[in-house]
Parts: sequence; C-alpha cells; structure tokens
Amino acid sequence: MNVFRVNQPGIFTTIQDLGRFGYENQGVPVAGAMDEFAFRVANILVGNNENTPALEITLLGPTLEVLEDTIVAVTGAKMTPFVNGMKRDCWSSFPLRKGDILSFDYPSSGARAYLSVAGGFLGEFALGSYSTYTRGKIGGIRGRRLEKGDILSCRFPLQFPKTQIVPNELIPVYLSEEEVRVIIGPQHDYFSHEAIEKFLNSIFTITKDSDRMGYKLDGPEIRATGKHDIITDGLVPGAIQVPSNGQPIIMMKDAQTTGGYAKIAVTITADLSKLAQLKPGDRVRFKSVDIKEAYKALKDQERVLKEIYLHLRPIKFYNLKINGRSFEVSISQI
Amino acid sequence: MYEKPRILMCGDKAIVVEYGNEISEGCNKQIISLYRFLVREKVNGIVSLIPTYRSLLIKFEPTQISFQQLEDILSRFNPKEIEKDFNPLVIEIPVAYGEEFGPDLQYVAEFHSLTNEEVIQIHTEPLYRIYMLGFIIGFAYLGNMSEKIATPRLDKPRTIIPAGSVGIAGAQTGIYPLDSPGGWRLIGKTPVRLYDPQRERPILFQAGDYVRFKPISREEFFEIEEEVKKGSFQVRTYPYS
Repeated sequence: MNVFRVNQPGIFTTIQDLGRFGYENQGVPVAGAMDEFAFRVANILVGNNENTPALEITLLGPTLEVLEDTIVAVTGAKMTPFVNGMKRDCWSSFPLRKGDILSFDYPSSGARAYLSVAGGFLGEFALGSYSTYTRGKIGGIRGRRLEKGDILSCRFPLQFPKTQIVPNELIPVYLSEEEVRVIIGPQHDYFSHEAIEKFLNSIFTITKDSDRMGYKLDGPEIRATGKHDIITDGLVPGAIQVPSNGQPIIMMKDAQTTGGYAKIAVTITADLSKLAQLKPGDRVRFKSVDIKEAYKALKDQERVLKEIYLHLRPIKFYNLKINGRSFEVSISQI
Repeated sequence: MYEKPRILMCGDKAIVVEYGNEISEGCNKQIISLYRFLVREKVNGIVSLIPTYRSLLIKFEPTQISFQQLEDILSRFNPKEIEKDFNPLVIEIPVAYGEEFGPDLQYVAEFHSLTNEEVIQIHTEPLYRIYMLGFIIGFAYLGNMSEKIATPRLDKPRTIIPAGSVGIAGAQTGIYPLDSPGGWRLIGKTPVRLYDPQRERPILFQAGDYVRFKPISREEFFEIEEEVKKGSFQVRTYPYS
C-alpha cells in the first residue's frame, strides 16, 4: 500500500529500525535509529511491534503527500507536525486522509524526530535489518536518504489502531547541554590520571563534522601519555576515541566496526538516546559511572517505557462544520 | 602476545578479550579460534563478535547473560582442541593488473626500480592471511605483503575508487569492496564482487581464511565480469594446508 509521496525530502530522512546485528565481524556497522527510545515509542503509539521500520528525520522535516488513509505518530525532537497547515501534537498518533499534506516545523529542541506509520514502512531488507546505511548503500530505499518524488509504502495494518498521546510527564526533555554517563576504558591506560580528569571536567561542543557515523567534539585537548594510535580493535556505538589532535570523537550508529585510536571511555547504553538528540553547536559533559549504575539506568529507561505503555491517553479527532467552514477538533482525556 | 588474555570492559554491553598488542599470525590465530568456539557454542545473550588483529570484541545483552557467565564460558575455551577441526580456506581472487584497472602500477614499479611484471609477481606470490574485516563492509585487512613493494599512500586521496580495486598503502594491501574515496595506490582490479547484498553469502571473506591473487588478462577480466553479472561465476577456493 503506497502511503506517501515525498514532495520535499528534508535534509536527511532515512528509514531505520533498531539496527543490524551479527555482521559486525564482516565490517557491517549496526546502523539503526539513533534515538532508540523515541523510535520505540513512535511504534508503540501506532500499535506496531517496537522494531518496525520508521522514518528518522534529521533537523529539517520532509513534506509528504498522503496517498491512503492511515495513522501515524511523531516522537523525538520537538518538530511539530502539521496536517494541511494545522498543528498536531508531538509524542502522539493522529489520522491522515488521502490528499492531506504532512509537514514539520523546525525543531525547537532535539535533533531527530521519528515518524511511524500503522503497519510500518516497507523498505529493503538487507543483512537482517531494514536500516538505511548510506555509506554501504543498503537498507531503506536503495540504501539512501529520501529524495523528492519517492513513494513510501507500508504494510496494511490489520486494523486501524486508536489514536493516543504520551502524557507530558513521560516525554523526555532535550537540552542543548547534556551530561552523558560513560564507563572509562577500554584504553584508559593510554591516558594519565590528569588527562582523564580533564576529559571528565570539561565541556565539549559538537562540531559541524558530526553525523550518524560520529560526533567530532571541540574542547580542551585530551592527550594520551604516549601514542594515540592503537593496533586496530573493535568499536561499539557510544565509544569515545581520542585521535592525536586531542579532540574526542563519539562513535554513533553508523560507526565503522573497528578503529585505530585509543578509546578513553564508552557511553552507557541508556544515554545514547540523549546523545542522539544533540546537534552541532550543542554541548556535552561526561560523567564516569560504574557498570552497576549503567545497568540501573537501563532498567530505569525500560521502566519509563512500560509506564508509557500503561499510561497512553486516548485522543480523538473530529471534523466539525460551523457556518460552512470545516474545523478539525481533537479531544484528549486528562 | 600476553601470557594470559586481558578482559577489558567496553561500555555496559561489550567486553574486549585482548591477546596482545601486536600484529602477528600467532596472536590472530588465538583470536579466530576463540571466535569460532563462541560461534559454535551459540551462547544465548551474545549479540555479535568482532575479531581483530589482537582482540575479540564480544557484544552481549546483559538481561540475558551476566558478566560472570561470560567469563565462565571463556574459561571453558581450550584453544588446542579447536585448532584440530579448524580448516581455513584459500580464496583465489583473479586480478587484472595495470592499465585502466591499476593506474598506479607504473608508479609503484618506478618507486622501487622494478618492472611492472616484477611488481605483479611479488604481489601475487604470498598467501595473504585475512586478519580481520572492518573499515567498510567486507574490507579485509590482509597480512604478509612484501616490503619490496611497500609504497606510501597518495598525497591527495581519490574521491572515488571503484569497487574491486586492489591497492597498496605502506606495507598493506587490500581490495575495496564498495565504491569509496581512498588514498591507496591502485595496482589492479578484480571483477569478483566481494560484497553483494543479493547473494546468499553477501560477504565473501571471513577472518582466518587466506587470499591468493591470481593475475588475469584484460580479456579474462571482461569474461569473468560478464559471468559475475549473470551470477554464474564461482570463486575458486581450496583448503589451506
């Protein structure tokens, strides 16, 4: 079922799922949604399985023409969706009718929004995932970002789900300066105690050279005691490499699977979503935690997700005609 | 190589089992053995494995397997037992050298005061061990290239290098599996697709196997290229002994 025609693609809009696992031994990056939390909620809102392909929208949203009646949801960055120019809520699902135009506002906070559709987007399935990995030209739409004129299809939803909204208190707040928790290592012995302290007590700015592969940071120089190069070993998203210019790089979802710079620390999994919502010019501080705190943070995140499942509020949309003019009205339960 | 491998935390969902701080066949063999052991054991909770020159990165799901359980499994590994039933393959990669396939062959030859033919002969002589894959999909880090043809990278990298190009960078050699930018000196090209997402086995190489480059003529290149397009070309492989 064709659901959208892409009138404007936005800057960088791709189809993503939760990632590509089990091929890292052959040099295939994980890819997948940068903000897994927002991505999962987008799917929950339209009644999909959490790992269903959705659109990841970066900074500037697309303009989509609706080809079939459907239900969608928008989560992540505060990038207000508009249907025929009328505002809809973020972190909520809403109906679309054939002929509608869906567009987005500039993000007032955060960097990446997720658009899910009831039934899920169809895309190229490659090496166990639908995720678009643009450098490897696989997944999504022929391995590339959305282009003007693309037709996006979805599976038929078994039945149209209810429209619902996440209560305000469960919606994450994205700041332009975030504290990100890390576990020191695996190559912390390449750095002196002072260098690690400097890393943990400084503020770094995300530079323009940042994308799904990695965030290059600008800040005080972090120097290794000896060489910065290591004999190449494995990388995970969230790993923080320090090359010889002393400016750390945080590896993100499209990161290559191996790397040759010493890794001073690795971001805890629960804070990867926070990182995903930072944009060039935003700032980041690092806080060292132990594995126990990392697992507690993961559990807390899962608990919030369960809360969201339990506390989704119905929201209903009505068409009203008053003096011949038509209005769309939404009513949600408090 | 260390006497006993080091286990390092790599965030909250991965550990690195580090065998040494060197590029050596002995070290890499241990890693490949451990990698194969874990693949065979099909450990519930292990998500991915990344073998490299000197370490094995193990990604795991902490809700399914604990750090302690992982350590227990690692302690069960006896490398000697594994080596017996480990039969690496040699994969023969046909390469057309020089001309439009390898625009830098002449430069490499002149750099070392050799003839083009001598460079080809030196390059095709060794069996290259696949130490690891990384950098881009299907890119193999090969060991054993002769220092006699080691050549520095280009000062200014090319913006596009076609998939299949065989290059030299310092004492390394390798094949680009995808069109990509790069600074390696290109000496030849293979018509074989190292990476094809439509294929049953999308990535041809795996760490622990060996590569042999076989020189082919211009005509053979185009013949094989046609067969590859039709899907009828079979890469020649044979056991390593």
